Amino acid sequence: MNSLENILRQCEELAFDLNFTRAKKWKAEGKGRVLVGYLPIYIPREIIHAANGLPVGIMGAGDRKQIIKGDAYYQSYICHLPRGIIEMALDTNLENFDGFLFPAICDCVRNLSGMFKLTKKGKFQRYFDYPQNFEPQIGGTFYKQELEKVMDDIYKINGVKVTAEALNKAIKLYNKNNQLIEKIYSIRQEFPWRLSAVETYHLLRAGITIPVEEHNEMLEQVVVHISKERGEPMDNIRVLVTGSFCEQPPIGMLKSIEMAGCYIVEDDFMLGSRWIQGNIKDNTADPLEALTDAYLNQSTFASCYYDVGNPKGKRLVELAKKRNADGIVFCAASFCDPALLDRPQMQQECDAAGIPHINFQFHENTGQFKVIKEQAGTFSDSIKLWA
Amino acid sequence: MANPKEAVKEKSMVIQKDMLAKQFHDLSKAKELGKKVVYTFVPGNLIELILSFDMLPVYPEINALQSGMRKKSGGFIKDAEKMGHSEDVCTYVKCDVGMMLNGNIGPTGEKLPDPDLLLLSYTGCFTFLKWFENLNRLYPNAEVAMLHTPYQEDGKITKDQIEYMVKQLKEEVIPKMEKVSGKKFDQSRLTKLLENSVKAEDYWVKILEMAKNKPSPIDAYFAGVYYMGPINTAFRGSDECVAYYKELHREVADRVKNKLLPVTPEGEMKEERFRLVVEGPPNWTNFREFWKIFYDMGAVIVASTYTKVGGLYDTGYRQDPKEPLESLATYCMGCYTNMNLPQRVELIEKYVKEYKADGFLINSIKSCNSFSAGQLMIMREIEQRTGVPVGFIESDLVDPRYFSYANIKNRLESYFQMLAQRKIILKNEGVTV
Ligand code: SF4
Ligand code: SF4
Repeated sequence: MNSLENILRQCEELAFDLNFTRAKKWKAEGKGRVLVGYLPIYIPREIIHAANGLPVGIMGAGDRKQIIKGDAYYQSYICHLPRGIIEMALDTNLENFDGFLFPAICDCVRNLSGMFKLTKKGKFQRYFDYPQNFEPQIGGTFYKQELEKVMDDIYKINGVKVTAEALNKAIKLYNKNNQLIEKIYSIRQEFPWRLSAVETYHLLRAGITIPVEEHNEMLEQVVVHISKERGEPMDNIRVLVTGSFCEQPPIGMLKSIEMAGCYIVEDDFMLGSRWIQGNIKDNTADPLEALTDAYLNQSTFASCYYDVGNPKGKRLVELAKKRNADGIVFCAASFCDPALLDRPQMQQECDAAGIPHINFQFHENTGQFKVIKEQAGTFSDSIKLWA
Repeated sequence: MANPKEAVKEKSMVIQKDMLAKQFHDLSKAKELGKKVVYTFVPGNLIELILSFDMLPVYPEINALQSGMRKKSGGFIKDAEKMGHSEDVCTYVKCDVGMMLNGNIGPTGEKLPDPDLLLLSYTGCFTFLKWFENLNRLYPNAEVAMLHTPYQEDGKITKDQIEYMVKQLKEEVIPKMEKVSGKKFDQSRLTKLLENSVKAEDYWVKILEMAKNKPSPIDAYFAGVYYMGPINTAFRGSDECVAYYKELHREVADRVKNKLLPVTPEGEMKEERFRLVVEGPPNWTNFREFWKIFYDMGAVIVASTYTKVGGLYDTGYRQDPKEPLESLATYCMGCYTNMNLPQRVELIEKYVKEYKADGFLINSIKSCNSFSAGQLMIMREIEQRTGVPVGFIESDLVDPRYFSYANIKNRLESYFQMLAQRKIILKNEGVTV
């Protein structure tokens, strides 16, 4: 078994390898393999896996790439994520990718799909629309058609027809991935010092750039490692961080929050990998139906999904209670309409439930965290004082 | 400039003014009249369906733009920010939230009625979704119906997408409307309204296309936003709407015959120096000042994308009264902001060429990612494809903090100079423009 330190070092490298070397190597190692890049938040990666593809999460350039061309594509008042991604596309980072999926999350990502179309990046560039109707006969049918379009895109490249058997196998693998990640979160819930938020982040982000089989092996080993004591418990409060489901917070910021005395016990950073709550049926004759059913009935919540009837604020409060969090950190990317427009209502729900909260805004390439650290420190102190 | 009073005399303006006055009066009396009120959005609106149930629409976006024009938006936005909204987000939403926090007083000074139905016909903009979730919390007793309009991802509207929308109409929207209005859905009534829509649509396209004349008889952006009002909002399908466009068409045709230029708030323009295509919504807080920079320079907008947010008819689409629900679905998906970026570029390219524009200008709106994300790329594509000079200015819809008159004027003056120089060069080269 690999040491935890080794695994984590490897993950850190993979997570921020903006050239996706491991994924490209995987493609080169077999015939008919395709690389499909996807943006936040959620893509049912199973269908790509079953079509001999590797789904690769493209979570932005963060603070690891200088933006030269990207600023000429996006005005200053638009969030940072899409300009980093167009920079990567215009540079060589995304070469060898066969196609790109742009989940329906906001108009910036939606229009980025058009930019990829106009610049002809990849063999297909698909905006992946989610139904906002959750009736199986209506939204379910629509969702299935969206899945079929992606399978068809890949079929046109490698001629692979997805079978029920291959899809069930993929579902099984991703179920396992999901379970292991949840296991890690539940261990961290009790023993957050055993794996820091940054380490957890690296581990999850690495996972969306490599084959799921490899990620599962890593996760299994990590579970074994952190089932034993590691590190020293500190007198920290426990927080849930929300609002960073798309543009990713800089690592320095996560470190600052933790160093200021807050264990991050729940977050929405790599939400796509944790989107479906629980297992998806992996032994049916119609696995597309199973994926659809899971999307309609087992999705978590996020700002880009219609929530009338099941308000996000309430779900956030439930989640905070489940994780036994002392407070909530609202942490959205600047200019992120979906996250920011949800914030007032979510904060009201927190107030009603008596959960303290603070609020930051960031850019993925923010470099200064002094103020954030101070605020998080004060937040932690005040909770300790009044608890 | 002619006497400004001449401008106000046009009969179409009087008709529209009366239509709006009646509309807001009816709204203020809705409860007494026993009329049910539907809050909904302009792009992809289902007005014929709403009217077929005898309900009255309220468009929060229109309230926001009216607040902008009445210089109230700045205060409303601040109030929304005080309750926790970020400075960064769409100001239409904040303006609307602020207006509600201040008693929901409409443009005529009368209180707008609370909604009986929130109809989220969510077309071409994600923020609508958030806006409605906010409204839902402000009006917890209103019934809510969602109509998800798929994006024209592939640059076309597919059969599957139409079916998806029709199913939503049949199983979600219409039943909710029946419940709220207490009336049964009457397809023949809807068909009749759609027949009227087609008539209005025909006139509307003819009016817009008259801007192909040199000189153009209309300004298709600044005046266009007034012209588009009835068809894009509360009246499409009604007899008054047909009457309005019939009259407007007659007036514009007369202007063409007499080689008259567009009417502005200061009367008729006397010279058409530059013909422009404009992309993006206008600024409302300083609308008059903004417009004046253009007409003072002899710049006429011959085509704009903003006037297509409530429906795109000049590429051939018409409502189909024989298949009413399918037709509504197609209409919703066809609105400008529901088109993908390559389609938008193609449409603008076509406008620049067909309307023989001298330049292409983008007014990039800070609030509106639906329009703005991608505009810099649109600008470069149009420059490459058409060779006309492109210009780029930035403002906001209703947040006065983001309208810098001096900055915009400077930029526009340099842009107009560039256009003038190009004209000289082309003339020297013997190219007719
Ligand atoms: S960070 Fe927010 S606004 Fe930006 S692309 Fe993501 S969801 Fe859209
Ligand atoms: S983002 Fe644009 S289209 Fe959407 S509500 Fe705001 S102004 Fe309207």
